[in-house]
Amino acid sequence: MSTDEAGQGGPSSRGQGNSAEHHGGSGRSLIQLITPAGERISHPEFDPWLQDITDEHLCSLYEDMTVIRRIDVEATALQRQGELALWPPLLGQEASQIGSGRALRQDDFVFSSYRENGVAYCRGVDLTSIIRVWRGNASSGWNPYTINMATPQIIIGAQTLHATGYAMGIQNDGADAVAVTYFGDGATSEGDLNEAMVFAASFQAPVVFFCQNNHWAISEPVRLQSHVHLADRATGFGIPSLRVDGNDVLAVMAATRVALDRARRGGGPTFIEAVTYRMGPHTTADDPTRYRDANELEDWAAKDPIWRVKSLLERKGLLTEELQRHVDDKADSVAREMRLACTSLPEPEPLDVFKHVYSSPNTWLDRQQDHYSRYLASFGDPAGAPSEEGAR
Amino acid sequence: MTQMTFARAINAGLRKSLENDPKVILMGEDIGTLGGVFRVTDGLQKDFGKHRVVDTPLAESAIIGTAVGLAYRGYRPVVEIQFDGFIYPAFDQIVSQVAKLHYRTQGAVKMPITIRVPFGGGIGSPEHHSESPEAYFTHTSGLRVVSVSNPQDAHTVIQQAISCDDPVLYFEPKRRYHDKGEVDESLDPRTALPMDAARVLTQGTDVTLVAYGPLVKTALDAAIAAADEGVSIEVIDLRSLAPVDYATLEASVRKTGHLVITHEAGQSGGLGAEVAASITERCFYHLEAAPVRVTGFDIPYPYSKLEMHHLPGLDRILDGVDRALGRPNSLSGLEG
Repeated sequence: MSTDEAGQGGPSSRGQGNSAEHHGGSGRSLIQLITPAGERISHPEFDPWLQDITDEHLCSLYEDMTVIRRIDVEATALQRQGELALWPPLLGQEASQIGSGRALRQDDFVFSSYRENGVAYCRGVDLTSIIRVWRGNASSGWNPYTINMATPQIIIGAQTLHATGYAMGIQNDGADAVAVTYFGDGATSEGDLNEAMVFAASFQAPVVFFCQNNHWAISEPVRLQSHVHLADRATGFGIPSLRVDGNDVLAVMAATRVALDRARRGGGPTFIEAVTYRMGPHTTADDPTRYRDANELEDWAAKDPIWRVKSLLERKGLLTEELQRHVDDKADSVAREMRLACTSLPEPEPLDVFKHVYSSPNTWLDRQQDHYSRYLASFGDPAGAPSEEGAR
Repeated sequence: MTQMTFARAINAGLRKSLENDPKVILMGEDIGTLGGVFRVTDGLQKDFGKHRVVDTPLAESAIIGTAVGLAYRGYRPVVEIQFDGFIYPAFDQIVSQVAKLHYRTQGAVKMPITIRVPFGGGIGSPEHHSESPEAYFTHTSGLRVVSVSNPQDAHTVIQQAISCDDPVLYFEPKRRYHDKGEVDESLDPRTALPMDAARVLTQGTDVTLVAYGPLVKTALDAAIAAADEGVSIEVIDLRSLAPVDYATLEASVRKTGHLVITHEAGQSGGLGAEVAASITERCFYHLEAAPVRVTGFDIPYPYSKLEMHHLPGLDRILDGVDRALGRPNSLSGLEG
């Protein structure tokens, strides 16, 4: 059974018109398996994809979602305390990220934006790696090959092409892995995503386009970006699409499994639109109260993805005190670990700025490095040398 | 040694790279069945198959962006941008992704992508088909930029570029595609002159004349003409535009005391400015006059009936040589 989005209490109208939710859409319903009230509803098409999801498994999804929310809250606090330069919160998008992230195989390869810390968590990322970039200690947190996830992309939509190219490589290799790319609604306006869909369709590349429609591209609402459901755009490229309730962890997981299975069997790309909501700011640098209605946030808070799965566990009698304590303890320890990792990161070495620009020597750069190293040495104490205030 | 055209020499180099490394994959618009609009990839798809020589949809950002993904997967993509003026839609993928991923990932991800760009004017083309965008890329850290000027180099350097673990922009002077020259196909690219080295083509004592790509031939013609006037020019084929082989340039300028650099690209912010400044810094006391640039004008590439005014020709280069030497020239009598 599907639930019509209108019945979900879509975003409140602010009289700006052209809401993608109400105008020009195909009227496609959202795939939903858990109602906002936490009721499990059956779905003959997607239920078969979740047959292995035991009660224990469901509890672990609840745990994952709780932990990544805690990571997110802790990182936001670290930013507010001046320990991180910036943080892009995923608050509200836990079901989209855990539901899809847990559907992937380890030999699949993820190309994401900067917001997919929940997916990185599913890939087994070390928390120090997540924090390093936002503290300004490195340009990327992890070696992509250790968790099969590329360095998060900041340029909107650029990663969708990388995933498509990687998928073409998988195809050439005759492997059955899948490249999965994550992006937001804003990226659907970019040329790169559109070019990626052209290439993916042309070569029938095993790539899954996973769009988290969180309704806001910084301050630009999705209704400014599209007059049709984002999932419907894929149709024009000849790419099958699924439109799923992004706050429903089981629906997201089922949809992702459908898409992955299609790709593994040579069926080519799939586009998933996970309809969710970014409950916090775009990053810690912006202020959503300037651009969005408080009622809208309230509407979506009622559809909180964690609260939803928690209600389901309660209904099933699975939410024991022991489970809740276990989940809370895990979240606490992960948060502690991340805070410690953050504050104990070693300062990078000055001459590290020159490292890895090229894979082999470059005479221009070697000369600049040599000159700068002499300059630093002229202070006697290199650590005290360069600052805006000067040291002379 | 075999006589072959410039285009054929690149083709033969690509063929060798495809044969030697199964991870080499060619991609671009019209490069398969058609063999490329300049036929540089002629016959390669027939011999290596559609998965090694890939005809892509018309989308430059995607051609580069998917090459990034292939490089992530361990491939060595060689992509063709059909014409110089079509590279701009791919600019972000080149400068923000291809150039920076090795740095961004602290060396974990290699981007051994070769981007072939037929460039430059002189063939009577319409807009967007005659540009010299190399300075945009020499300004971007993480990229290597080369331009070849003769069939032998074209053959060798394309193989060196493909086997280089850094991304390389390989600028092909399209007006020289049909020039013929001797090519020793047995020359081992690993022991040949490295692609980041400049080459002194003629020994001279009065002026160092630096050129690359399409203007190397013009510079050589200028040196012959100057010799008739009793001026001895040392012509240097820069070959590598990033990094520039300043050691070779310095050695020459210390000897001649005069520097002229020529390119088709506009003057402001061009590579000539960089070379002039760097040589001035490095051998100021050996220079007997200010370095001279003989370049295209700071204008959009003009329509083809006027392009020969924009492009430095033999006479403009000789006039530049006269300026460097303080001989009577077109600017004589002007201050500054």
